Amino acid sequence: MIAHPRLSSTNLQVDDKGRLRHFLSIEGLNRRQLTEILDTAESFASVPEQSVKKVPLLRGKTIVNLFFEASTRTRTTFELAAKRLSADVLTMNINTSATVKGESLLDTLRNLEAMHVDMFVVRHAQSGAAHFIASQVPPHISVINAGDGRHAHPTQAMLDLFTIRRHKPDFPGLVVAIVGDILHSRVARSQIHALNVLGIGEVRVIAPRTLLPQRVEDLGVRVYTDPRQGLKDVDVVMMLRLQKERMETAILPSGLEFFQVYGLTPEKLALAKPNALVMHPGPINRGVEMSSEVADGPQSVILQQVTHGIAVRMAVMSLCLGSHASGRPQVG
Amino acid sequence: MSAGPPIPSVDTLLTTLATDLQQLLTQRGITDPLLVGIHTGGVWVAERLLTRLSLPGPLGSLDISFYRDDFTRIGMNPEVKPSHLPFALDNRQVILVDDVLHTGRTIRAALNELFDYGRPAGVLLAVLVDRSGRDLPIQADVAGLQLDLGPREHVKLVGPDDLQLVFHQVAPRP
Repeated sequence: MIAHPRLSSTNLQVDDKGRLRHFLSIEGLNRRQLTEILDTAESFASVPEQSVKKVPLLRGKTIVNLFFEASTRTRTTFELAAKRLSADVLTMNINTSATVKGESLLDTLRNLEAMHVDMFVVRHAQSGAAHFIASQVPPHISVINAGDGRHAHPTQAMLDLFTIRRHKPDFPGLVVAIVGDILHSRVARSQIHALNVLGIGEVRVIAPRTLLPQRVEDLGVRVYTDPRQGLKDVDVVMMLRLQKERMETAILPSGLEFFQVYGLTPEKLALAKPNALVMHPGPINRGVEMSSEVADGPQSVILQQVTHGIAVRMAVMSLCLGSHASGRPQVG
Repeated sequence: MSAGPPIPSVDTLLTTLATDLQQLLTQRGITDPLLVGIHTGGVWVAERLLTRLSLPGPLGSLDISFYRDDFTRIGMNPEVKPSHLPFALDNRQVILVDDVLHTGRTIRAALNELFDYGRPAGVLLAVLVDRSGRDLPIQADVAGLQLDLGPREHVKLVGPDDLQLVFHQVAPRP
């Protein structure tokens, strides 16, 4: 039956009361739901101020990180988020685990379910993997997409929006530019949706034609191939990571050539507004996407993005698991 | 909706609360306490106590949503606010402030959260209204008013500017 799960199945991630059940993609979520994630994350952001840097909210819950694709930052921040919520967390790097022995994905899932797991955090090289898993698990389990193929990386987009909101909360007045390999980037796709749903004034993409998807304008962005035009007067510059493997194929000449035209240097950044934010999902290829001067400069909020990633992931985890509550009104 | 018991003005209750609290502090020789209000009503009361007791501040605020005992029953509180304690509370006397003390569950959660921030020398509990219906062995050190209410009767503080206590009754479940 489940030949190919629909990538934007809206009803799968939201229950009949509009509560977040799974977090699979920005598509299908409205401004109220995204704002709730940002507001909840704001409350979690103060947890590291405590001398005991955790809250007991998800005590007794078991969260399994299923990483079918290598990741350091995303995996560790999901792990820390779960730990700061007092959940028990287990990280499985599947390529090194049972699937090597020929166990199918569904068998792996069924075995983990039998261990009374409450949540799966899934990263997979194939688009739609998290949706597929969400469609297969019993109703008491929530699934979070930690990046699937070229499709989506919704928690990355939300931590980016959280970082922007902390510095520049007036969304309708902002111009945001996304620079780099839009074509292959799940981060860009989720960012574009999130920026538009949350009402950012203008969203631009800046990339060579070969790294732009067809009809990218339909996503609600203005397209620039020349960064000197695209960066003019923007409030936020979101650089994308250039995958080294793409450079080896014919799509892109070389890291150096990319840097010369698209790489963010102090000179190019000067075209943006004086207090423009510089963002990057990490890890940075210094001298390819941006110079070290910019990456470590006063306008860079790249390390704040990492910190905020934990609060945003805590918010998404607790909102999803909170949706399983029976919903009895609170008294007293 | 019945009128409920006669409730004095919040201003009168604040005066009683501030006077009794000052007396207790003097009695115990506490000179530089930290005030911590519980969101949302407790913060409003704490703000006023800070002025009335002429304490230097700053004020701490706790949102106990992440420490509640009913997450699996009611899920996330959609109104959750960040907790903010802009001071180290190790070895300090803390006055925990809330609007209405009822079941005691909020105070249990607040104490747990407080101790995740540090180890205070002592904690006092000051509430505007101490009403009946405790589920836990928790009591206020000072209260502006004692109220004997039934399980379906509730009193709520509304604000933030002109504070008022509102009485309401919950209809029995069918």
